[in-house]
Parts: sequence; C-alpha cells; structure tokens
Amino acid sequence: MSTTASNESRSRGKAPAGEKIADWADGRLGIYSLAKANMRKIFPDHWSFMLGEVCLYSFLIIILTGVYLTLFFHPSMNEVVYHGSYVPLQGQLMSEAFNSTLHISFEVRGGLLIRQIHHWAALIFLAGMFVHMMRVFFTGAFRKPREVNWLFGFLLFVLGMFTGFTGYSLPDDLLSGTGVRFMEGAILSVPIIGTYISYFLFGGEFPGHDFVARFYSIHILLLPGIMLGLVVGHLILVFYHKHTQFAGPGKTNNNVVGMPLLPVYMAKAGGFFFLVFGAIAVIAAIAQINPIWAIGPYRPDQVSTGAQPDWYMGMAEGLIRAMPGWEINFWGHTLVLGVFIPLVLFGVVLAAIALYPFIESWVTGDKREHHILDRPRNVPTRTAFGAAWIAWYFVLLIGGGNDLWATHFHLSINAITWFVRVAFFVVPVITFVVTKRICLGLQRRDKEKVLHGRESGIIKRLPHGEFIEVHEPLSQEQLYTLTAHQQYEPVEIGPTVDENGVERKVSGTAKLRAKLSKAYYGEDNQIPKPTVEEYKEITSGHGHH
Amino acid sequence: MKKLSARRRHPLAAVVVLLLALAATGGLYTAFAPASKAKADDSAQSLTIEEGKKLYAVGCASCHGTGGQGTTDGPSLVGVGAAAVDFQVGTGRMPAQQPGAQIPRKKVIYSQAEIDQLAAYIASLGAGPVVPTKNQYSPEGADIAKGGELFRTNCAQCHNFTGKGGALTHGKFAPDLDGVQPKHIYEAMQTGPQNMPSFPDTTMSEKNKKDIIAYLNAVNSDKTDNPGGLELGGLGPVSEGLFAWIFGLGALIAVAVWVAARTAKAKKS
Repeated sequence: MSTTASNESRSRGKAPAGEKIADWADGRLGIYSLAKANMRKIFPDHWSFMLGEVCLYSFLIIILTGVYLTLFFHPSMNEVVYHGSYVPLQGQLMSEAFNSTLHISFEVRGGLLIRQIHHWAALIFLAGMFVHMMRVFFTGAFRKPREVNWLFGFLLFVLGMFTGFTGYSLPDDLLSGTGVRFMEGAILSVPIIGTYISYFLFGGEFPGHDFVARFYSIHILLLPGIMLGLVVGHLILVFYHKHTQFAGPGKTNNNVVGMPLLPVYMAKAGGFFFLVFGAIAVIAAIAQINPIWAIGPYRPDQVSTGAQPDWYMGMAEGLIRAMPGWEINFWGHTLVLGVFIPLVLFGVVLAAIALYPFIESWVTGDKREHHILDRPRNVPTRTAFGAAWIAWYFVLLIGGGNDLWATHFHLSINAITWFVRVAFFVVPVITFVVTKRICLGLQRRDKEKVLHGRESGIIKRLPHGEFIEVHEPLSQEQLYTLTAHQQYEPVEIGPTVDENGVERKVSGTAKLRAKLSKAYYGEDNQIPKPTVEEYKEITSGHGHH
Repeated sequence: MKKLSARRRHPLAAVVVLLLALAATGGLYTAFAPASKAKADDSAQSLTIEEGKKLYAVGCASCHGTGGQGTTDGPSLVGVGAAAVDFQVGTGRMPAQQPGAQIPRKKVIYSQAEIDQLAAYIASLGAGPVVPTKNQYSPEGADIAKGGELFRTNCAQCHNFTGKGGALTHGKFAPDLDGVQPKHIYEAMQTGPQNMPSFPDTTMSEKNKKDIIAYLNAVNSDKTDNPGGLELGGLGPVSEGLFAWIFGLGALIAVAVWVAARTAKAKKS
C-alpha cells in the first residue's frame, strides 16, 4: 500500500534532475532509441581487444596536445635571429618555425612536456596500430564481414605514418630537414613526373620557403581530419559488426558473450583512457624525445650522421640503405633505381597488406561470415605469412639503423648492409617454414590432448609391473574449445580431361588458386582435428590404458 | 773488362747493381743533406729527446720502425709533430693493442712526462704541429653558438649532432666525444688522427677550434643538462623508437592485461 502511494506521489511530483535532462535532450536529439539500442551492446573481454583502445586514446591525446602546440607554433620559414634562453643557439639564424619550437620548449609553460607527450604518443600510436593490426591478422578477424574495416584500419596506419612524418618535419631542425631531403630524393627518383611533383610540393627548388607552412596544413588539418573520419567509421563498423570473440563453450558465430557497454565497458574504457594518458605522460616526463635544440636548425649544406626517421618510417629507411646504388643513364636522363625500386617496394608492401583479406578469401573460396576468431596455430600458412612479414620488417629496421648496430656492436657497417641484403630474401623464408612447423606441432599437441587427455605427471604401476603415466581427460569445455575450429578442404580444379577424353580448359588463375589453396589447407599443411569417432573409440576403454 | 762482361748475366748481377745504386744515393745524400738541428743540440731538450727515444724503442718501434720511418704495420711518424703524439698516446690509442680498422681509445699507460718525452723525440724527426697551450684550447670566452654552427658544418656528418659518434665504412667509426679533454679535441682537429681529416689553422682558425670545444663542452659533457629528461643515448629516433616500443607500448599492454583481468561480475537480479 505504501509503495503504491509513493509511486503515485512520484508520478505526480517533479521528475528527478537527470530524468529531466534526459528528457530535454531526447526531445531535441532523439537519442533515446539510439541509446537504448547501443548502451547495452555486449563486448567480449580479452586484453588483446584493448589494443585498438590504446590506439584510439593515444590518438585523442595527440589531438589534445597538438591543439595546445598550435597556439604557439609559427609555421613560417622566415629567417630570424635567435635570442631565446638556450645559450648554445643564441645569435644563430633559423626559421621562425624552429624558433617557435624552441620557444615552446623553453619559455611556454608546460610546453616541453606537452611537446614530448605529443611526440611519444605519436610513436606509441603507430606502435599500437601495428600490434593491433597483427592481432587482427593472426586471429583472422579481417574475414567477412570485416574486410572494409580492415581497409579503414590500414588507411589509418598509412595516414598515421604520413601524419607523423609531416609533424616530425615541422620544427625545421637539422634532423627532420634531412628527412624531408630524403623524401625529396624519393620523389625525384620517380621517372618523368618526379621533378614536377617535387616542384609542386616545395613550391620550387628544395627547400624553398613554403614546405613548413604546407606540411603544417597537411599535418594539422588534412590528414588528421581524414583520420578522425576514418576512426569514427572504424568504430561504427565495430558496433555494426559486433566484436569478434575466441571460441569457447556458449560462444557461437551468432552471439557475443561478454559484458554490456553500459555500465561495465564505459567504466573500464573510461578508466583505461586515463591509464593510457597517465602512462604516456609519465614517459614524456622522464624521457626526452627529439631534442631539437641539440640538433640545431636546418641548413641544406649541413648533415649529421645518425639521421634516421621515426621508427614507423624505419622500413623505408632500411630499404634505401640496403639497396645498391644502381642507376641507368640514357639519352641524358637518369633513372635512379637505387631509390626508385625501394619506393616501389614500399608501395607494393603497403598494397599487399591492404589486399590480404581479399586474397585469402579468394584462395579459400570462403564467403561466409566469421565472428569466431582463429587460434593462430590452426591457420598455419596465414600465421607463417604474418611471422615472415614481421621478420622481414625487422630485418629492414636493422638496415635502417645499420650505423647504430655498427657502432654499438663493434661491427662493420658494410657487413651489416650485406647481412640485410641477404636476410631480406632468406629470413622471411626461414621464418615461414619454422613458424609453420611450430603451428603444426601445436596442432598435433592439441589433438593429442583431446584424444588422450592432459599429462598429469602421475606414474602408475600396473599389477603386471608396467609403468604408465596417467592422462587426465579434459573437461567438456576444454574439449570444445580445442575442437571448435573448422577445417577447410583445399579447392580442387577437378579432372583436367572430360569423360570423352578431351582436355578441359583450365585457366591459369584457377590453377594458381588450387595451388595456393593446397598450400593453406592441403594434407601437409594442417593436422586433421580429432573426430567424434576417434574420441569415442579411444575413451571407450577397449584396449587402451 | 772481360771479367765484367762475363759476369754481366750472373743471377745476382741485378742485386749487386741495386746495392751499388743505393749506396751511391745514400752516400751522396749524407754528403750533401743539411745536418739536422737535433744533432748539434745538447741542451735539456736533447736530454728529453734521448729519453723519448728510449721509450720509443720499447713501446713504438716494433710497428713504426726503429727511426720512426714506418713499417707495414704502422705509418711513418716523420713530420706528424708533437701534437699527434700527445693525442694518440695521451688518449691511450697508442701503443695499439692490435691492428684493426681503427685503434680505439683505452686506458692511458704513459705518464704525461713520458708522453712529453716521446712527443719531443717524434718532433725531432721532422717539423709538425706542436702541442697547444692551455690558452689556445681553453673554451673560456669562446662563442658556443658559433661553435655549434661550425660543428654541424664540419664535424656532425661523422660525429653526430652533439658528438655522440657514428659509423664509418668497414668497421671504422667516429668516436663519441663525451669526456674527451679540450686539449685532445684541439690536437685531433690539428693533426687529423686515423680516419679523421685534419683542420690546420689555415682551414680552421684557432678561435674557431676554441668555439667548437666550447660547444662540445656545452652539449656533450657532464655539465650538459637535458631539459627533457633521460637522454636515451642522444642517438635520435632509433633509441627513441626502441624506448617507445619497449617501455611505452610495453607498459600500455601490461596495463591492458591488468584491466582485462579485472572483469566486472554481472549482478544477479
């Protein structure tokens, strides 16, 4: 009775403030249905699913700190004389861009810290995207329906690289100026149009008076704008597709098992944002990055050893450093293959990353939706590809830093360069073969575990004197998890001769596809998972210890 | 005459002719060459040279030859000057431990007095750069900013922006300049040791050398302060990238694992 009375009084009385605000907002924005549909969205829990969050938050941190930096940075190449507080540069001629970066570092309150947060967050953002992409790759999360989201993520990675590069070039210091010079050289190596592109980009001869202002617009407006749009698209697609999950009891291709967005993930993600911000701020507070005052202002007649780009461009640096300096001269024109081939390779590698989901689905002929993640071992060929790629990338990073390897390990830089040239071809192959073997070994182990149970370490002596190790059968949940993956049959070309003995035409692509499919799912490339019959026969107790 | 023509085609004839020719040129040289200054000198200087010669015979002669003329293992020291000796021996590079692409800096085994004696002996072999005085290399009153500009123009391409060192071809390297005494930096510029080009006063004036020393003192010494925190070796983006991966992303992944391990328990309603 009392409850009904209070209910009535509330319905007649004033609504609580929160409800009023919600009502006000809903009346104008119509967010109720949107919130209702999405606030209880379920997300699965796994630490590797938070790598994308690391990227998102570091991106936000970069935007926030970047806005602060724009308040003090002057994107101009007018020459000024330095009169600031850093003694070893006083009286030197420098561009206004360099001068204002020194001002941010030494005179603006919190300027150096914000600059360092901005730069560290950028390095971590790119590293985060790299690892996030690897996670998606190795677990097969790029398969239908998520190919487009893979492309969005890929574009974010590539644009992130170029946003980072343009930002690194803005202070107009000797290090980044050398990097821009490198870029100019790469552009000039493009046959026919290279010179025109270079003149267009720099507004004449390098370095000219325009590139800082132009890179500034690209760095703070164009690229981040596109990236922000892509991030939103990326997240909308994550909502739309729902998150993938690892196989397990109760988890199917048609459900998502986890926690609701509100309140659990709102709290977790919100807290995680501050943890990421905190960690990056601590790093920025204790470790110096890009000390442009020590590097000095850019002058095209100066150069320093140890001039490397930030890590995400290390692959391009490695390609250039390892490439022999070939060139072809004909009719008064020079084709600089030593620079142009690495440039082409760089593009080809990026294109291969972008297209991989489509290539795999073509090879496997699999056009179904996948919401359950693969364990890397269950797709040995893809895993081996990924591992080979990472090994190749690491080889190029060694090539990009060959001078530091030489000085710190007391080696000859020529020997390192030759190592990189050989390893460029050899290491990926070795990594591929070894990774595939490891994956197949792990598959065999899984099979063994399913059929014979876990080795318990208990040794039992039978009445007739034989010693055996007791194997504990796995629980039903573990059995399910280990056998949930689906195994494909390789695509067959079919008989090459029809019933009348006439040769059937088989296109080259079909043959290639059958070959690749065999490489993925052929006899030697996956271990058949245990069948129910096998399991029953072994566990029924006939003639088995 | 008959005797001579009969032995003209003897296998050792060429050797004999060569020896005669050598003896003739050597004899003519000693007859006509101006007497070297050291010979007539019997002052304290010549005593130092005598001591230096003894030290030289023990520590240096096996590679540089008994008279400093050089062998296949070591270059001639005639005309390198006292400054080169003071640099090479004073930084421990000489005597060398073993031949190699480049002789590294190591523990100094001679006292400054002995180094001076060695230097005096080598200087007596032929004129060369002399050891600078404190007045010449002391960074006091020099223009640090000008030194920075000169350093970036002339030195950074091998020694890095702030003199942290760098790699050269085939295992050679430009060493880190941290902790190198101003005198030795001056001497290195003056004499161009090992793979370094020399910057004599005609190329780079005494004042410019002082500026460079003052710059290195400001950016690459114990007194250098790094306003941004840990310097990470001062090697630029490679060490920064390594740090970002290991400590940056590493820390964030650790945090992610920690957060993911704390799953909310669904409330039973």
